[in-house]
Amino acid sequence: MKFKNMRFVAAAAALACAATTTLAADQLKIGMLTTLSGPGAALGIDIRDGFELAVKHLDGKLGDVDAKVIVVDDQLNPDAAKQAADRMLKRDKVDFMTGIVFSNIMLAVGQPVFNSETFYISANSGPSQYAGEQCNPYFFSASYQNDQLDEAAGQLVTDQGYKKLALVAPNYPAGRDHLNGFKRFYKGDIVMEEYTQLKQLDYGAELSKLRASGADAVYIFLPGGLGVNFIKQFSGAGLGDDMKLFAPGFSADEDVIAAVGESMVGIQNTSQWAHDMDSDLNRRFVADFEKEYGRLPTMYASQGYDAALLIDGAVRKVGGDLADKDAVRTALESAPFEALQGNFKFDVNHYPIQDFHVREVIKDDQGRVTNRLVGKVFENHRDAYVEQCKMPS
Amino acid sequence: MDAVLLLEQLLNSLQFGLMLFLLAAGLTLVFGIMNLINLAHGSLYMVGAYLVATLANASGSFWLGLAGGIAATIVVGIVLEMTLIRRLYQRDHLTQVLATFALLLMANDGVRMIWGSQPINTPAPGGLAGPVELLPGLSYPAYRLFIIAAGLLVAVMLYLLITRTRIGMQVRAGASNREMARAMGANVRWLFTGLFAFGAALCALAGGLLGPLLAVQVGMGESILILAFVVIVIGGIGSVRGALVGALLVGLVDTGGRTVVPWLFGALMGPAAASTVGPSVASILIYVLMAAVLFFKPQGLFPAHG
Repeated sequence: MKFKNMRFVAAAAALACAATTTLAADQLKIGMLTTLSGPGAALGIDIRDGFELAVKHLDGKLGDVDAKVIVVDDQLNPDAAKQAADRMLKRDKVDFMTGIVFSNIMLAVGQPVFNSETFYISANSGPSQYAGEQCNPYFFSASYQNDQLDEAAGQLVTDQGYKKLALVAPNYPAGRDHLNGFKRFYKGDIVMEEYTQLKQLDYGAELSKLRASGADAVYIFLPGGLGVNFIKQFSGAGLGDDMKLFAPGFSADEDVIAAVGESMVGIQNTSQWAHDMDSDLNRRFVADFEKEYGRLPTMYASQGYDAALLIDGAVRKVGGDLADKDAVRTALESAPFEALQGNFKFDVNHYPIQDFHVREVIKDDQGRVTNRLVGKVFENHRDAYVEQCKMPS
Repeated sequence: MDAVLLLEQLLNSLQFGLMLFLLAAGLTLVFGIMNLINLAHGSLYMVGAYLVATLANASGSFWLGLAGGIAATIVVGIVLEMTLIRRLYQRDHLTQVLATFALLLMANDGVRMIWGSQPINTPAPGGLAGPVELLPGLSYPAYRLFIIAAGLLVAVMLYLLITRTRIGMQVRAGASNREMARAMGANVRWLFTGLFAFGAALCALAGGLLGPLLAVQVGMGESILILAFVVIVIGGIGSVRGALVGALLVGLVDTGGRTVVPWLFGALMGPAAASTVGPSVASILIYVLMAAVLFFKPQGLFPAHG
């Protein structure tokens, strides 16, 4: 009760401050709305931890202003997410919002956020809608457009000369979008295209079909636990000897490796970031993340970190004055930060133009199974929807 | 559609059905005999899977982990029954649903607090990790064959236990008429504790055996619990035989649907229709099966109550 009162007083005080000062705010509020419960929780937790690590690295400030991160669970439920966003916008009066993992939540929350003229900095979800016709001056992605990892995988599989490919994705709109992204850059034949149930546990039937299809490579878009189930059963069936498995980066990230173990070795996956990228900034991020949380960071953690750095850079550039929305937008558009993955600038639709890399799961010198950066697929890659975006100013 | 693929899919459906049976057997006994709707049954499965995985990783042996995990889950089940579940027998179903749903939420967050929210690894037992060649051209994962064997073994043992032993007789008596069984001197209190613990053991066995195949993660119990409920509704509540038949039917229809339906649509309407309509139809087939069974036999296939 006491805590609640305190928060109320703090909120009231902040309100009073906002009313009297028009120049530099003395506290920056970030609304972190992300998935912290249910099967998708690990993803949201990594985004939150990555973001909070960045704030810690910056001594609790973003853009030299004291930062307060308000963390709320969206429960992977669009209605709950909308209510939480409403509270953040109206009661807490947050300056920026970030954190959403899943695109169906993003699409539900987007409009109210944009209507309130609050900037949303995406740390994961990059729906095609906001990249194309519905692109919005208040939406910025510090991660990627959803299709891009698949596009990179399509190019990778083509480059490696695989001609007979099988595709597996869950039967829902995003599953089809991702496979379409893959097909945009894959040039060979598709011998099998399988859409599975969204909550499927057992892939025995699909694996048998896969064996019978005669494919020489298979690409899966199976997020979270689905990918864990599939890869475990894929290697149990010994299919790794017959065909090569490709995946988007998040299906072969450190969390999946921890759950599946050594049979992941050899899987190639595409990503905009890798934990062994060679820069001081990235080394510090990975080392401190591991020290702070006792696990290796995933892509989600890197995206959370990048989102915080982007906000930091933009707030510093406008000298902490957030009232002039156009100035904040111009500052954000200039991508005033050094991203963990290096090359990063914004396209006209506020999605990144960046490089995409290949990682391979290996067993390192210490016997640890982990990802290693092996090459680059795309340089300065733009998303497929940017032409449809007429960014209103 | 060649013979080898068909045979392989039959094995798949058998394996999927038997794994559902392990869960459904405990659920149907608890529901049918104790008249308790236990939504936390899936949580016992999750806790069992976590305990088996943890002990297997700590001891370096899958078998030690499995035995220890089952024993530990039995203890959890007994404590749960004696402290909480026991108070729910006389309440109506709504109260039971609310209480066990609360238990499910607490179990999820408890597991998250102890093990974290990222899925954890259960190593497959050495020697069963790869595929074996059953027939020329038909190789099948050794571990899935092992699950089939273990499931069949449990089914046979359950059958003997229920039809050939005194405890089994009391269980059957309790299922068909609880009041009369009590009047005839069955110690219902211990019977119920024992049954609940037995259900927990089957959950842990299922969770432990499926650990190397499925993601061991928070919330893993819910998705499988729904299927287990479908199974016991089809089979008839309280009937272990019904649970077995129901589980095998669900396994067959589910696997068959995922194999045959897209192929059928492809042959009839072309590949475009197959890829859009096929998966949707396949995913509702088991519920169509349930509706059909309920239409013709509202009590399920093998009703336990007279």
